[in-house]
Amino acid sequence: MATVAEKGVEQLDAATVRFCGDSGDGMQLAGTQFTQTSALAGNDVATFPDFPAEIRAPRGTKAGVSGFQIHFSSHEIFTPGDAVDALVAMNPAALATNLVDLRPGGILVCNSSAFDKKGLEQAGYETNPLEDGSLEGQYKLHSVDMTKVTRDAVEGLGLSVKEADRCRNFFAMGLVFWLYDRSLDPTLRFIEDKFAKRPDVVQANTAALKAGFNYGETVEAIHTQYHVPKAKLEPGTYRNIMGNTALAWGLMAAAKASEKRLYLGAYPITPASDILHELCKHKNYDVMTFQAEDEIAAMTATIGAAFAGAMAVTASSGPGIALKGEGMGLAVIMELPMIVINVQRGGPSTGLPTKTEQSDLLQAVFGRNGECPMPIIAASSPGDCFDTAQEAWRLAVKHMTPVFLLTDGYIANGSEPWQVPKFSDLPKIPITHPGPLNEGEEFNAYQRDEWLARPWALPGTPTLEHRLGGLEKQDVTGNVSYDPTNHQHMIDTRAQKVAMIAEDIPEQAVDGATEGDLLVLSWGGPYGACATAVHTAQKAGKSVSHAHLRYINPFPKNLGDLLGSFKRVLIPELNCGQLSVLIRDRYMIDTVGLNKVQGKPFTVGEIVEKINELVA
Amino acid sequence: MSVETPLPVLKPADFASDQEVRWCPGCGDYSILAQMKKVMPTLGVPREKVVFISGIGCSSRFPYYMNTYGMHTIHGRAPAVATGLKTSRPDLQVWVITGDGDGLSIGGNHLMHCIRRNMDLNIVLFNNRIYGLTKGQYSPTSPLGKRTKSTPMGAIDNPLHPLSIAIGCEATFVARSIDTNVKHLEQTLKRAAGHKGTAFVEVYQNCNVFNDGAWSYAKDRDTKAETTLELEHGKPLIFGKDRDKGVRLNGLEPEVVELGKGITEDDLLFHDEKSAEPSLAYLLSRMRHEDGFPEPIGVFRSVDKPRYDELINDQITQATSERGPGDLDKLFNAGETWTVE
Repeated sequence: MATVAEKGVEQLDAATVRFCGDSGDGMQLAGTQFTQTSALAGNDVATFPDFPAEIRAPRGTKAGVSGFQIHFSSHEIFTPGDAVDALVAMNPAALATNLVDLRPGGILVCNSSAFDKKGLEQAGYETNPLEDGSLEGQYKLHSVDMTKVTRDAVEGLGLSVKEADRCRNFFAMGLVFWLYDRSLDPTLRFIEDKFAKRPDVVQANTAALKAGFNYGETVEAIHTQYHVPKAKLEPGTYRNIMGNTALAWGLMAAAKASEKRLYLGAYPITPASDILHELCKHKNYDVMTFQAEDEIAAMTATIGAAFAGAMAVTASSGPGIALKGEGMGLAVIMELPMIVINVQRGGPSTGLPTKTEQSDLLQAVFGRNGECPMPIIAASSPGDCFDTAQEAWRLAVKHMTPVFLLTDGYIANGSEPWQVPKFSDLPKIPITHPGPLNEGEEFNAYQRDEWLARPWALPGTPTLEHRLGGLEKQDVTGNVSYDPTNHQHMIDTRAQKVAMIAEDIPEQAVDGATEGDLLVLSWGGPYGACATAVHTAQKAGKSVSHAHLRYINPFPKNLGDLLGSFKRVLIPELNCGQLSVLIRDRYMIDTVGLNKVQGKPFTVGEIVEKINELVA
Repeated sequence: MSVETPLPVLKPADFASDQEVRWCPGCGDYSILAQMKKVMPTLGVPREKVVFISGIGCSSRFPYYMNTYGMHTIHGRAPAVATGLKTSRPDLQVWVITGDGDGLSIGGNHLMHCIRRNMDLNIVLFNNRIYGLTKGQYSPTSPLGKRTKSTPMGAIDNPLHPLSIAIGCEATFVARSIDTNVKHLEQTLKRAAGHKGTAFVEVYQNCNVFNDGAWSYAKDRDTKAETTLELEHGKPLIFGKDRDKGVRLNGLEPEVVELGKGITEDDLLFHDEKSAEPSLAYLLSRMRHEDGFPEPIGVFRSVDKPRYDELINDQITQATSERGPGDLDKLFNAGETWTVE
């Protein structure tokens, strides 16, 4: 205990930690455990997992480096952090690819046992950076032979060398847990639970975790522990949640709120697959999941389920969405309600499948043949996926249209604390289906209500027999029609129906003054970085406001006036300026783009820098 | 005193929609539509419980002409649309109407997966060995050397044989009929409707505009007895105007033999549509007129197997009975949570 007393505890407002190593090193697990523990300790957290597309690149190579970054703080935060305060590198390749993000003077924990001749060569090092003095004075370097200390810690438990070495990530976690004054209890509970069938593995991982913690406590080279106090969040019960999970739960909530069976037609694709994985666990919630033979079948089966009367959803990512295009057109002309989710990733084609991008916006708006309007809404954070899913379904059924829901890899895999709602507090989503007709009445499948929505008549209802199809329909009756003026009328009507949704959505809110020098206009994943950057600029006294779009088609009806109230509009996007295209086209307003297509989210610093460039 | 409301007695005309049928005069589709309307009232399924789903092509206009629920969808995707519909609503009777181009070319993938899942639906493939709607290009069933607009020097793709494909996917019900053989077609559709599982029916259908006479050998009064063979469960494979020819197995090869001269019915191959092993059904599907064989019509295979639409719903029932109906509040609060005062 004396050692602890000798070591200082420094209070911090926030910290950012990144674990990185080979994709087999268990870095995602280390990161999620650290996140969970920090969240339970009352911090606000935001995470950014970053993994390679290769299933398993050759061990020790730069292509195989997997990382997990977590930002935790005593105040509300919106991003996983810019500069890293503490970096754990399990091998030279991880160090080589991640060191650039470690802030000067930051903590660097390296697994020295991996810095052998082969490992150094694979990372392109001519000399060992742990020994050649290149890191000295710049970082607080802790070089630890993790292989040896882990093997020592699990000795006598009867594990093979390979199994023993697999516990190294728990050692690394233990050390970081000590550094940031975290409790081991949640992770100990996790180990017990996860490896319940392997008592020897439970013992070994526990021993490795504690060994790491004790290492920090006893080794004299490490002088300081850091403590990040609880954040002042709104009162309530919280849990940590990832975007894809929140989206799946939001869909389930919407199904229940509308008294519908949830039907998901999907084909596996990164990073959307976790929506399928999550939903197929919950069949007892009347959730039906169909893993189709391809994306086209996933889309068209979803159309079949929508006709059948289910809450029909399909989820995919860019290239999968491209394949669904024809089906979406059919859904639009059939005017059936459903949700099409695009968890965007790097493109074009298969691009950077595990990295994030926002470059499918114009695909969502225009990527179908013919005049084919679909409402588009976008989630802004992992927790927001829950609300966005419900809103998508509300719009789909009220306006009888497929709705596009956009998220991205950064939101999907990232996590944040989420205030657990009560189901009874969630909005109900009323749906009416027409019943059988009385004698003499006629059913018209394309008779429209005040929102221009047609009736959702379900097969099985006597007297409502009707045929939908891809050929143009005569308005009101729904019969096939090649009449030129009818086609014009139907094209106009479908467009008007979607445009009218502007009357059914909230006006655009602004964070800051409603007029001024600069408006930062964002959508999707960059929400957090933009919010933080704008707050920073506002604190510095700049005339900057922030508007974050949830509704992209149609835009909120006050958006034009709002944009016109600022001298300049900055649009940061992880693409080459797609929202800018839409804004300029619609409002004839010149915008300033901040565009980045590197498979990485914006840092706050990048946006602050651009704001400073534009506003004195 | 109880008043019983009798079920309405429906006639074929009750299944006709108010839409004008727009196939070319003389098209084989008219007959298939007529037989379908004839079969419908005999199935004991209310009209509102019936859904016709089609893809694209001449045949795929079919749903518009049936006064039931229906969807005219997109190229080749009808089996996938039907999958979403039937799994969500097992109470509906679902028919997929497709053609040789729609089903075997652009939609080949969906057809294969639909059949292997053994969903309880009926697929009727109108085979006219040509693309009619796009005006005369060769189709996946066009014979080698077929000269069309897109193959002026003759088709060089080997043709697909729909029933071989279906049996290769282990279809549980496989049958073939002919548009002009109205009694046979009616009976075949009826049997397909009665089958629990995916029923796959190929109909030899004539396109009198772009491929007239493609099946004349199987349809003409003076040749059909020699070129077709009506399959009957448990009966030997006999054909010919005088019923004097049969098919027997020579090792694994079928051969046509004449009865008499020491060959009796007992030497012939007997048809067993219930055989769990699909190899014989496959062998029948390989018998071609051009190779000197009669082409079988009737039911090749009819076996019972678990059905996807049942199984997918059973899993929901099972999960619900094991874990209880889902409670979202429980789910949201499961795992590690913390409270901020």
